[in-house]
Amino acid sequence: MTTTLPARPAAEAPREVAVAPRRRKPRAYKIFRVIALTLTVLLFIAPLVWMFIASLKTNVDIYDASKTLFFTPTLDNYDNVLSRNNYFGFIFNSFWVALLSTLFSLLIGVPAAYAMSRFAMHRSALVVLMARIIPGVSLLVPWYFIFANMRMVGGFGVLILSHMFVALPLIVYIMISYFDSTPLELEEQAQVDGLTHIGAFLRITLPLSVPGLATAGILSFIFSWNNFMFALVLSGANTKTLPVAIFNFVSYASIDWGSLMAAAVVVTVPIMVIALFTQKYIVSGLTAGATKG
Amino acid sequence: MTTMVTTKPSMWTNFSTWANRYRKWLFAAPAMIFVGLLIAVPLGWTLYLSVTDSEGSVRAASNLVGLSNYFEVLTDTDRFWPAVMRTFVFTGGALAVELILGMCIALLLWRPFRGEKWVRVAILLPLVATPVAVGMMWRLIFDPNIGFANQVLSWVGIPAQPWLSGQYTALPTLMFVDIWQWTPMVVLMLLAGLTSLSDEPDEAARIDGANSWQRFWFVTLPLMRATVIVTIVLRGIDALKTFDILYATKGKGGGSFHEVETLNIYAFGLSFDYNDYGIASTVLILFFLLIIAIMWVLTYRRKANRS
Repeated sequence: MTTTLPARPAAEAPREVAVAPRRRKPRAYKIFRVIALTLTVLLFIAPLVWMFIASLKTNVDIYDASKTLFFTPTLDNYDNVLSRNNYFGFIFNSFWVALLSTLFSLLIGVPAAYAMSRFAMHRSALVVLMARIIPGVSLLVPWYFIFANMRMVGGFGVLILSHMFVALPLIVYIMISYFDSTPLELEEQAQVDGLTHIGAFLRITLPLSVPGLATAGILSFIFSWNNFMFALVLSGANTKTLPVAIFNFVSYASIDWGSLMAAAVVVTVPIMVIALFTQKYIVSGLTAGATKG
Repeated sequence: MTTMVTTKPSMWTNFSTWANRYRKWLFAAPAMIFVGLLIAVPLGWTLYLSVTDSEGSVRAASNLVGLSNYFEVLTDTDRFWPAVMRTFVFTGGALAVELILGMCIALLLWRPFRGEKWVRVAILLPLVATPVAVGMMWRLIFDPNIGFANQVLSWVGIPAQPWLSGQYTALPTLMFVDIWQWTPMVVLMLLAGLTSLSDEPDEAARIDGANSWQRFWFVTLPLMRATVIVTIVLRGIDALKTFDILYATKGKGGGSFHEVETLNIYAFGLSFDYNDYGIASTVLILFFLLIIAIMWVLTYRRKANRS
């Protein structure tokens, strides 16, 4: 097993009672644990809550220390961000770039991962995974000039290609460990029944790999949505993605904190909602290889 | 007529046989070609630029200057070596805290408890949040005048700190931001390792009378060695290449004193603010070699330990 889901084996609880009763933890430990867990949750959630609260304040209230928690909420910042600063356009750009770079990466990455897993192509796998190590900046200068020559800078094509650079290694990495843990027997059975190798891959292995594909696809979408550096250099006025749009917010003389926080909420909330509903897949993708040894 | 009927399927069969025979390369080819065109070629170009005096525009005439760029960069104690230092301080410091804190939280979450699901959701949120937005969020919280951080300090009577705008406090503050965002990743990796452990060694140690600390230090931790190393490698690569939160909070050049200028920020500035492609490429090649060297040491030690 290389892809470890967070769910722990259901058998654990009864076994504890039946075989070797765990020594009762002292009451003090239980209290300590509750406090520690509460602090952990606060540490990770409080800043996000703070960001959300600030996005509902006027700039006057943000500068007023007495109104830290008690203030009159307003949606003006969101109105400013969404209607006056064209954030719907940026949301649209981010969404399409993330979706298409994910789909294309799946299209070429999944068969590659399959071949690399089944034929133990370790060296080829290493080449693809190298992309995870290479600093993105070292590719940006050549990319910029190659794509400027092809008049592609500022278009969607170049953004999608550059985001595939992030998505492809991730997908190959996750899918190799997924295919490694899928049994061969079903494919062999399908071949006995008359399917070709490719047929067995398309009709048997691929449908069985939907959880793996979901994991790889969701993570690659999130990483593309969050990507900043490539879009910073390669996007044009019409293809700006959300992270770049937020960054441009502060290049003016004074910072409009309320709107900036509203913009930050607009970029993070969609991805957090996706994360809430696909938690299981995200965790299994992020921890792929954690227990490989 | 009959020939037509028989050739058509046979062409398809021929293709199918051919495709199945070479499926290994057929499947791998698109991804390998993509990697070749978009990664290998540009990387080769960067390698070439690093031995030229290319400046201003890549298309402008440039001369081969041999290794003089490397000499210039490696003797540059003004920008390059401080950037190397900051890269190491940032990565090493953040990674160490993330590992220790991550292990503590993973151990807290290890055994089931009520409300576990909510805690897991809570630690997942920083992880998926857009780094640029996270940078902006902390920029407000750490603002010297209106930030919540200084407000909290004033409640307990500690004088206000400059945080991100201070020459010596900016890098530690950003390390804190990195820790906030990526400790959850470490927790998830370590937790996956912990849940895959068998209970038996732990039980055996308990029966032999080992206390909790001894069981963790002498039983659990050695069994977790592989997971910890994978975590260090994956998190370490990303931490070395941190760009978003540094650039989003301090902008070009890592602030007015270059106080958060790591190798990545330095190379980005050389490329796109100064258009000094020769030197930028040299810095990038050295940076790349550095990452590979660190990864090699970590994985080499891992193999040596296993055999």
